[in-house]
Amino acid sequence: MPDGLMQLLDPEAIVLGSDASTNEEIIRILAGRLEMLGYVKSSYADAVVRRELTIPTGLPLERPDNVAVPHTDPKHVLKPGIAMGTLKQPVTFANMEDPDEMLPVGFVFLLAINDKDKQIEALQAVMAIIQNPQALDGLRSARTLEDVRAVLG
Amino acid sequence: MSRQKTILFACGTGIATSTAVNVAVTEEMKKRGLTFNAQQAKATEVPGLADNVDFIVATTPISASVTKPVIKGLAFLTGIGKDKILDEIEAQLRK
Repeated sequence: MPDGLMQLLDPEAIVLGSDASTNEEIIRILAGRLEMLGYVKSSYADAVVRRELTIPTGLPLERPDNVAVPHTDPKHVLKPGIAMGTLKQPVTFANMEDPDEMLPVGFVFLLAINDKDKQIEALQAVMAIIQNPQALDGLRSARTLEDVRAVLG
Repeated sequence: MSRQKTILFACGTGIATSTAVNVAVTEEMKKRGLTFNAQQAKATEVPGLADNVDFIVATTPISASVTKPVIKGLAFLTGIGKDKILDEIEAQLRK
């Protein structure tokens, strides 16, 4: 597994087995962590929630628990970081490529990105996880930070 | 080969997923011996930029007013159906 992800994934911004029941709820939980940790402005959460309504970020992986990568305009970001949430029960996100299609999502990577040239490795690391079914299965059963580290390297 | 072609990579913000797709396509096309100029933009900016590029690779829906070819890039994020999309991109680059 590339090590770029753990560089930007803040251990304190990892939420495992969340009870959130809507995409807005899990976005606000994760955005709250990023704000508390100084990665994003207070405007970030609303901006992500609003953007998700028009430009959704659900990725169809042909699984019962797909992935979403919510994010928003760099102007709401103070420094680059990633928050990750796994859900006890999948919540609904619309498909990025086909916003009329609803997807059950079990994994949310909330991206705070402000410089595409410096954050390519982290983005690639996120994509590598998304494309690795065993890694997603490992994250789904992860209950501790150590479990997550074991999966993400 | 003819002049170097230009691909416009588009996504919602023009910074996150289009970057990942741009990097993935660049690497894969290099393996196939092909290079190209790359631009990135928000999906909403594509109609104003399309005239100056050869084709578009997008992870989000693109306005129907755009007449240049639009190739769906989501496969580079999900990994599903990636080879078929790479073949489509190669065909456009070799035109």
